[in-house]
Amino acid sequence: MFLNQFLILAAILFCIGVYGVIARKNAVLVLLSIELILNAVNINLVAFGAYWHANDTANMTGQVFALFVIAVAAAEVGVGLALVLLIYRNRQSIDINDVDMLKG
Amino acid sequence: MLAVLVAQNIAFYIIAALIVFGAVRVVTVKNVMHAALWLVLVLAGVAAQYILLAAEFVAIAQVLVYLGAIIVLFLFGVMLTRTKAGIDEELNNSKTMRIGAGVIGVALLALMTYSLWDGVRDTEFGNLGVQRTSEVSDSIFSTFLLPFEVLSVLLLAALIGAVVIARRD
Amino acid sequence: MFDLMDKVWIIPALMAASFLVILFFGKRWGTRATAGIGIGAVSICLLLSVVVAGQWINRVNNPPTGAALAADVLRANGLTPQTAETIHDEIGGATKNSGETVAGTPSSPENTASEVTAAEVTADDQSAHGEGGGEHKSLPPVVRTATWLQVGDLQFEIGTLVDGLAAMMLITVCIISLLVHIYSTEYLRGDVRFTHYYAFLSLFTASMLFYVLSSNTLQMLVGWELVGVCSFGLIGHWWEKKENTDAALKAFITNRVGDIGLILGVIITFFAAGGTSFNVLHLNEYALGNGANTTLLLVGALCLFGGVTSKSGQFPLHTWLPDAMAGPTPVSALIHAATMVVAGVYLIARLYGVFFSGLAIGSSSLHYVAFIGGFTTIVGGLLAFVQTDLKKVLAYSTISQLGFMVMALGVGAWTAGVFHLFTHAFFKACLFLGAGSVSHACHHTFDMREMGGLRKKMPITHATFLIATLALAGIFPLAGFWSKDEILAGASAGQQNAYTLMLIFGLITAFLTAAYMGRAYWLTFWGDYRGHGKPHESPRAITWPLMVLAACAVLLGFTNFPKSFFGLKLPGGATTRFEHYVEPTFAFPPLQHAEFTPWLAVVATILAATGLFISYQYYEKNRGPHGLTKRNKLAHAGFTFLENKYYLDTLYNGVIVGSIKGPIARAANWFNQNVLDGTVNGVGTGARKIAGVVYAGDQLIIDGAVNGSGQVSQGAGQLLRRMQTGKVQQYASILFAGVVVLVGVLVFVV
Repeated sequence: MFLNQFLILAAILFCIGVYGVIARKNAVLVLLSIELILNAVNINLVAFGAYWHANDTANMTGQVFALFVIAVAAAEVGVGLALVLLIYRNRQSIDINDVDMLKG
Repeated sequence: MLAVLVAQNIAFYIIAALIVFGAVRVVTVKNVMHAALWLVLVLAGVAAQYILLAAEFVAIAQVLVYLGAIIVLFLFGVMLTRTKAGIDEELNNSKTMRIGAGVIGVALLALMTYSLWDGVRDTEFGNLGVQRTSEVSDSIFSTFLLPFEVLSVLLLAALIGAVVIARRD
Repeated sequence: MFDLMDKVWIIPALMAASFLVILFFGKRWGTRATAGIGIGAVSICLLLSVVVAGQWINRVNNPPTGAALAADVLRANGLTPQTAETIHDEIGGATKNSGETVAGTPSSPENTASEVTAAEVTADDQSAHGEGGGEHKSLPPVVRTATWLQVGDLQFEIGTLVDGLAAMMLITVCIISLLVHIYSTEYLRGDVRFTHYYAFLSLFTASMLFYVLSSNTLQMLVGWELVGVCSFGLIGHWWEKKENTDAALKAFITNRVGDIGLILGVIITFFAAGGTSFNVLHLNEYALGNGANTTLLLVGALCLFGGVTSKSGQFPLHTWLPDAMAGPTPVSALIHAATMVVAGVYLIARLYGVFFSGLAIGSSSLHYVAFIGGFTTIVGGLLAFVQTDLKKVLAYSTISQLGFMVMALGVGAWTAGVFHLFTHAFFKACLFLGAGSVSHACHHTFDMREMGGLRKKMPITHATFLIATLALAGIFPLAGFWSKDEILAGASAGQQNAYTLMLIFGLITAFLTAAYMGRAYWLTFWGDYRGHGKPHESPRAITWPLMVLAACAVLLGFTNFPKSFFGLKLPGGATTRFEHYVEPTFAFPPLQHAEFTPWLAVVATILAATGLFISYQYYEKNRGPHGLTKRNKLAHAGFTFLENKYYLDTLYNGVIVGSIKGPIARAANWFNQNVLDGTVNGVGTGARKIAGVVYAGDQLIIDGAVNGSGQVSQGAGQLLRRMQTGKVQQYASILFAGVVVLVGVLVFVV
């Protein structure tokens, strides 16, 4: 297997995630797209970790890093959805475009 | 080795196709619930890919955390925000934004692919070997102890934060 | 002994005090008190003048010597005797003292510091001055001065100068003023402005005395102007009639024209004499000194003569005198016959050194002053023939006689001119007062066509008028004969050459004078009465002054009895007394005195008699070509020319004043409005326009720059504002687009 395959897969996933972040109006769907991005990153990490391990047996950095990313993603989704809930409670809508009070 | 490699390759491509398809459905369906469910497919596929890469612990962690907790969290979020069940036309931004997003995505993909193709074209994995969970835990608790602790604090903060934010008082 | 010559300023001060008292209290105290104050003040002044004259005579008889003389000489130059300064005393070509040197400008003592010794000065002064006989030693006048302003080295003084001329003028002015004061009590009885009139009379007398006693030309200027003002005020005494105010204005303004010359002359002579002093004797000494700038003196003398021309009625500025007859007759007698008009003659007499040196009287070929004087006599004489107003006849006669005086001074016959001034004052005043008496009786008219045959009705007036007429005509032995004859003798002898033209002028005038005065006399006092009233003799207040003046006209001629009269020689002390006491010896040019010329006297007398006879035939007996001027075109033209006073008034009023009022004034106004104001306005408008341009520039460029920077900021802000929409997805898209760009750059470029 080539390293390339996994990396390109990750890239595709990443770009689809980017598209989803920008194109979706619903806040929850934006968060879903962010999950895609995070997963793409994870694939990248694990692939490189495996490649590294193949060359240097004592090294598990890739997997560890991916675990951390998963944990962080979990935390982020938790807080993010809490925020979305709060916004929904106050505005009765989770249209991201409506949340622009920081506009200049 | 070739047979193993061939089987792995085929497995890889099938799973990759599923992932990509699922991802595309995530960002295009007009139903929030369906999007979440398509994400399940993506996440599952990603877990399978991890196994292909001989990272079993991560794959299991992925299944447990993502598929078990995060998706449930998303579903709760969908329910609590009373999004319209069924087809909802108002889930996408305007056409301009979508086209812009598409442009950006394609451009980014092109660039990344080009650079990957240019850079790591012929790199092979070699012998993946066995990556034991004990080695992972050894690594976590020795080399990456500090990040681990910080991560736990982070999770604590996120926990409390989410509770505080979503509290109804 | 009390020396009044030291304190002679009391005399004008007394008259000035009388003026102030009458001015403030006259109305309240009434007409009798006013007249009393005036008459009293003048009488006291007359007494004092007589005392001054006596003291001067005494001084001439017993001149001071030594230190007193030296002190007097210093004072005469306006210096105090105590200061140690050198004075250079040159007296007209007299022998220079070898010990003395003449500095660049004589009589500039301020800069030299050598001591003066009484011996030097005495020796200098006692050098005889070019005159036969040792009688006329140089006797400085009595000069007292005080400094009222000092500017650097220049001292402005006020002072008095007493010599024979001044004493003579004092007596003349005081006598005639006194007689006029007395006369006016009757003439102006019941007048609406009686006290006003007497106040002016006092002021005039004070001014005239002030003028006559002046020690420097600036002071003379002040006195000159003051008498001019009084003349103006008195001519316009009855200002309710416009012609009187017009006459007063004409007198004043014509005099003003001449005053330009006077002021210029004062300034020029001041600077010519070194720019140190206005003192009269200083100027004379400078003029007669060796280093005198004769060109400058000529200019100065001619300018001064300009003033004389107007004040003393010389051609061409004589036009105001006849019009001045609009004033009351006593005023005419005092001011326009006897005293004020002779101020110009007095000026020439006083500054004779300047005139003699500047005009080179006696040696030059340009006899400007003499010619004008001579011409004036003819001008005045001819005009007297066509007048119907008695006072106007007398006015032109005055002009003619003033011309005589100026002519005399012009040919160098100083004493003759001054003597004629003296005698003329008396008989002309007598004539005027007589005319006043006549009019007083004839219903206040002076028109001779409404008089006639008055000799029976007004005997005293008739007698005095006749005596004065004969005196004016110059009939032996009245005063006019002696004075006029001296002038003619002076003209015929001259200083070095005879003045033939002036002599001819004088002889013609002698004839004319007799003729026109005869005409006036016959028309007024003989024939039948053609008027409306009932003429009677005037009261005493009028007739007594007439008698006094007539007596003077008879007697005063003998004060200058010539040394040899047809072989008759009087004892040495009785001849030429006037000349002895009056003619100055200090700072005075050496003059040749003409001897009495018998044939000339005879010729003049024959001419005068002929004139009287012809006028008798023509006007009394009505023989001769009456109505000639109506028949003959040439005669008519001549008559019209004379009647219009040589069209001089037309020239002055119509041409000169009219052209100035009309085109010149308009042109000047146009120039002022369009050119001067236009320039000023143009500068202003230009400045406004420039300011507008600058403002626009400022607005556009500077404010543009400032505003532009603001606009740029605002535009930039507007642009950048779009980045901050608050929309997360926008941020994300920009973020990723940036990533794309960066990666592209990194991958492809770097």
